[in-house]
Amino acid sequence: MSFLGKLSIESVPYHEPIIMVTLAVIAVVGIAVALLITKYKQWGTLWSDWITSVDHKHLGIMYIVLAMVMLLRGFADAIMMRTQLAVATNGAPGYLPPEHYDQIFTAHGVIMIIFMAMPFMIGLMNIVLPLQIGARDVAYPFLNNLSFWLTAGGAILINISLGIGEFAKTGWVAYPPIAGLELSPGVGVDYYIWALQISGLGTLLTAVNFLVTVFKMRAPGMKLMQMPIFTWTCTWANILIAASFPILTAVLAMLTLDRYLDFHFFTNEAGGNSMMYINLFWAWGHPEVYILVLPAFGIFSEVISTFTAKRLFGYTSMVYASGAIAILGFVVWLHHFFTMGSSANVNAFFGIMTMVIAVPTGVKLFNWLFTMYRGRLVLSVPVLWALGFMVTFTIGGMTGVLLAIPGADYVLHNSLFLIAHFHNTIIGGAVFGYLAGFAFWFPKAMGFKLDERTGKAAFWCWQIGFMMAFLPLYVLGFLGMTRRLNHTNNPDWNLWLYIAAVGAFVIALGIFFQLLQLFISFKNKDKLDDTTGDPWNGHTLEWSTASPPQFYNFAHIPHIQDIDAWTDAKERGDSYHKPEKYAPIHMPKNTSAGVFMSMSFTVMGFALIWHIWWLAAAALIAGIGVFIKRCYTSDVDYYVQVDEIEKIEQAHLAANAKGASV
Amino acid sequence: MSIRNLLKLTFTTIALMLAGCSGGVLDPKGQVGVDEKNLIILCTILMLIVVIPVIVLTLYFAWKYRASRDFEIYTPKWAHSTKIEALVWSVPVLIIVALGVITWRSTIALDPYAPLEGQGEHLTVEVVSLDWKWLFIYPEQGIATVNELVFPANKPIAFKITSENAMNSFFIPQLGSQIYSMAGMETKLHLIANEPGTFKGISSNYSGAGFSGMKFDAIATPTEADFDAWVEKVKQEDTVLTSDSYKELAEPTENHPVTYYGDVSDGLFHEILMKYMKDHGSMDFYSKPNNAATGMKKAMPAMHKGHHEEVNE
Amino acid sequence: MSALANDIATDMAHDIHEEHEHEHHENNTVFGFWLYLMTDCLLFASFFATYAVLFMNTAGGVSGKDIFELNFVAVETAALLVSSITFGFAMICAHKQNKSGALAWLAITWVLGATFIGMEVYEFHHLIVHGNGPQESAFLTAFFSLVGLHGIHVTSGLIWMTILFIEVSRRGLPEKTVTRLSCLSLFWHFLDIVWICVFTVVYLMGAM
Repeated sequence: MSFLGKLSIESVPYHEPIIMVTLAVIAVVGIAVALLITKYKQWGTLWSDWITSVDHKHLGIMYIVLAMVMLLRGFADAIMMRTQLAVATNGAPGYLPPEHYDQIFTAHGVIMIIFMAMPFMIGLMNIVLPLQIGARDVAYPFLNNLSFWLTAGGAILINISLGIGEFAKTGWVAYPPIAGLELSPGVGVDYYIWALQISGLGTLLTAVNFLVTVFKMRAPGMKLMQMPIFTWTCTWANILIAASFPILTAVLAMLTLDRYLDFHFFTNEAGGNSMMYINLFWAWGHPEVYILVLPAFGIFSEVISTFTAKRLFGYTSMVYASGAIAILGFVVWLHHFFTMGSSANVNAFFGIMTMVIAVPTGVKLFNWLFTMYRGRLVLSVPVLWALGFMVTFTIGGMTGVLLAIPGADYVLHNSLFLIAHFHNTIIGGAVFGYLAGFAFWFPKAMGFKLDERTGKAAFWCWQIGFMMAFLPLYVLGFLGMTRRLNHTNNPDWNLWLYIAAVGAFVIALGIFFQLLQLFISFKNKDKLDDTTGDPWNGHTLEWSTASPPQFYNFAHIPHIQDIDAWTDAKERGDSYHKPEKYAPIHMPKNTSAGVFMSMSFTVMGFALIWHIWWLAAAALIAGIGVFIKRCYTSDVDYYVQVDEIEKIEQAHLAANAKGASV
Repeated sequence: MSIRNLLKLTFTTIALMLAGCSGGVLDPKGQVGVDEKNLIILCTILMLIVVIPVIVLTLYFAWKYRASRDFEIYTPKWAHSTKIEALVWSVPVLIIVALGVITWRSTIALDPYAPLEGQGEHLTVEVVSLDWKWLFIYPEQGIATVNELVFPANKPIAFKITSENAMNSFFIPQLGSQIYSMAGMETKLHLIANEPGTFKGISSNYSGAGFSGMKFDAIATPTEADFDAWVEKVKQEDTVLTSDSYKELAEPTENHPVTYYGDVSDGLFHEILMKYMKDHGSMDFYSKPNNAATGMKKAMPAMHKGHHEEVNE
Repeated sequence: MSALANDIATDMAHDIHEEHEHEHHENNTVFGFWLYLMTDCLLFASFFATYAVLFMNTAGGVSGKDIFELNFVAVETAALLVSSITFGFAMICAHKQNKSGALAWLAITWVLGATFIGMEVYEFHHLIVHGNGPQESAFLTAFFSLVGLHGIHVTSGLIWMTILFIEVSRRGLPEKTVTRLSCLSLFWHFLDIVWICVFTVVYLMGAM
């Protein structure tokens, strides 16, 4: 074994023009960003206020930036797939050979779920959840920073695979035997394993962190059944993460042992059992989709009740419905493989359990409806996303129940009908939710509102593009087209493939409008300035802080008496009051330990992928060393003094007094 | 109004969708497929009972209670109504109960492992998925083919399915159900064609680079005599499928041409199956009905059954 | 990976929040660590489930009956169980601010834990040199992985204990250190419980 393991100059796919051009574009953009940062002398700020930050609001913003960058990457994959399938009809090979195309659909799935949706969700949770429960930070701020960097580390690995080596050609589920060493001898599956393993660890730590935050750090007076609904749905999601990610860790560890040490968990030979992988994978994978969608449900609840200027209808129902979805999410995994030959009774059981989930989900939809009922609905951008969701997701839910019927699944399994279904729920459910949350909480995080016109344009492009891109896939599923085909030869399918490709470009236009929206909003940020901290007349505590919030969140922690704590305070005339006196606030100091630790682990992952054993060992020791050093560092916190608090709070109260008098 | 246009677009698409399904799963040519199509349509209609009101009410409430219509009743504190809560829980529950009953019955009726009742004797075909082609062995006729499956119409077929290596899914959309093919395991599927014709057969589980070309024609002959004639034709070929020539065939190829084998060595399918299954220990522990109660273990009936066959021999 | 998870989880014991509202936050630390242990429990559960599925698949090689030596494993088990008791004594001393007592009991615990690991390594080595390594069959794969996963946990517990031993001997027993010891104690007892399951499911049921 050479000094660099399997790594050599041949590992760079320089003969692939598409990849090389992509890399060149990434390099140009990267250099441009670096130059801009240098020009405006922002490297110091970037390091001390962001990269090493333990402030949940900053980490949340970084998560969302990561999610957006990865959205562009994952969406580029999507456009390539749709154009390939639109070109490669009637037996034509298209422009992407299987060698490349198979990596693209794998990367698209992994990136969109693990590195786009998850960071987006966790980012929103980071920004909002501690504010909603009246906490000054999360339970373990350093761990929070570490979690972010572990997620970023996984994202870095998956992007490195673009230029060095290859990514998995197995589909995002990486089922053995094709993910085994015999059929996937390259480094692709190893990239998959380590990217998921490192980011998964970050996600797991986030869940533990936020569970402790929610259970131990709520403002005085706030009972569990008074927590804002977004906090509740995030809490259910965190419980799901804590209960399901260890299974992913385990199953990936087993696949690793099979691939690295010739073990026989899932091999065909020596008594291995690949069905065990499939079971374990979905025992994580199914809860995972509820992890994505439950917080989105919470966002819609907040958005609708805020913009309709009403209390949320059926709060208790909502909390229990979320809980029911979370718990049932664990007993349905087998519906991902009704066609594996289980007995009729087993299939029927899992099919019916899956349908039962439609009950709490249906209840939620009705509750949103009755929240709008007799309200004063402002058709803002977040509301458009919410309405678009309610229409789209209902269709996705219906097709989901259809797929849950084993008899129907026997002909629809793995078809494009399935692809349409889960994009229907993940885009129409989770992503629309995150985008609603993005527009809703943007002023809170950044201090100014987003431009409405481009926001609405983005929504309509997404909504129409979505319909065009995915409704044809339902048709194609009925026409017998299966997923992951590289090219087709069936004239009946062509029209639908063309429409779907056009739809993807309409979505691309939607993404363009979102980028434009950010650009315009930044340019006009003085006009869009949110001086009050409460631009939508919100219900919950995050709107009682300034925008962006003071770094300590609350100078004085409020006493909670109602679910809509901030509405309650406003009605009691208790808002924007200067307390009798401030007390010094204890705050954690920023630290570079998280980024060094997780970068060590990322290097370790890279070294393991390429079998550079000495580097892997060194990186592991370095990571643990940084951690131990961190444990024995005493200079980790400080106090914000009263006069500084007074100055900051004065500004916030004055802005509101001014706002009120205008 | 754009929301309305959107709705129109949706419904037009759905209408088009249902109209233009020739050659797919909504254009079935066999009993299993027909039952599955009817199941899909029935369940869709049942669900539309909730889905349509939700979509319509969403758009209607959004329009009716928008901020500019400030003459509408406004109840900012109204957040609970036992009546409505009872309604919104019970309507979905009722629909799901109905769907649940349908699911339970249809799942048992459509069990791919169950022979088709009242259709007479089954023709047995052993199916092996290879990289990237399908091998069909006719044990009763003593012949084998690659990428062409021929059988008489109106005669049920019992498929025994396994894989050489990667997992695939054996699927003829117009005839109905599919089932995975897995190495070292035998899965079963029972299908019938109720009219003659040539139907597309595919793998519907991704299995690597040559997966897209892993297609075959499933040809239902009008009469048994036509089928017998075809068997005779295949028997004329002097190629023989033995363990050795199978090994050669198993080498990865893409878009493999249709190939006939006039003779097959006995027990080849069993040999392919046993190559890996021999490593699985005694399954007595699992096959006791009492122990088979949990999902994880029950998810593997194929394996248990396969083993039993071995024990019985 | 799991060793890594342990180490990071330790962090909960060490995070920054200690000072404001002291008691409250020490509680947080132990609660958070307990939550982490629950996730760890699921990691083990996954390996147990896999073992249950694969243990019959011996690929014509040895089965549990052929290789398990119950007497040997019983001694190993005893070492670990006793180490849990001695850790309990260490904690009692720590709560009483009895530094030398805590250190002594920790040392005993460490020796017992090391004995356990030493015996396990011997067992693994013995199996491998006799041609029964984890590559031979799915049964051996599952066996080595489940028992090995527990072994890695115990090993990281020993490393953690070493570090805390140094900490106690240098700094005594301030509240922060006692909290760290409490977390390690939870971890150690947890591993004991997992081992009881391993011993029952793998060794006893396997040798029967």
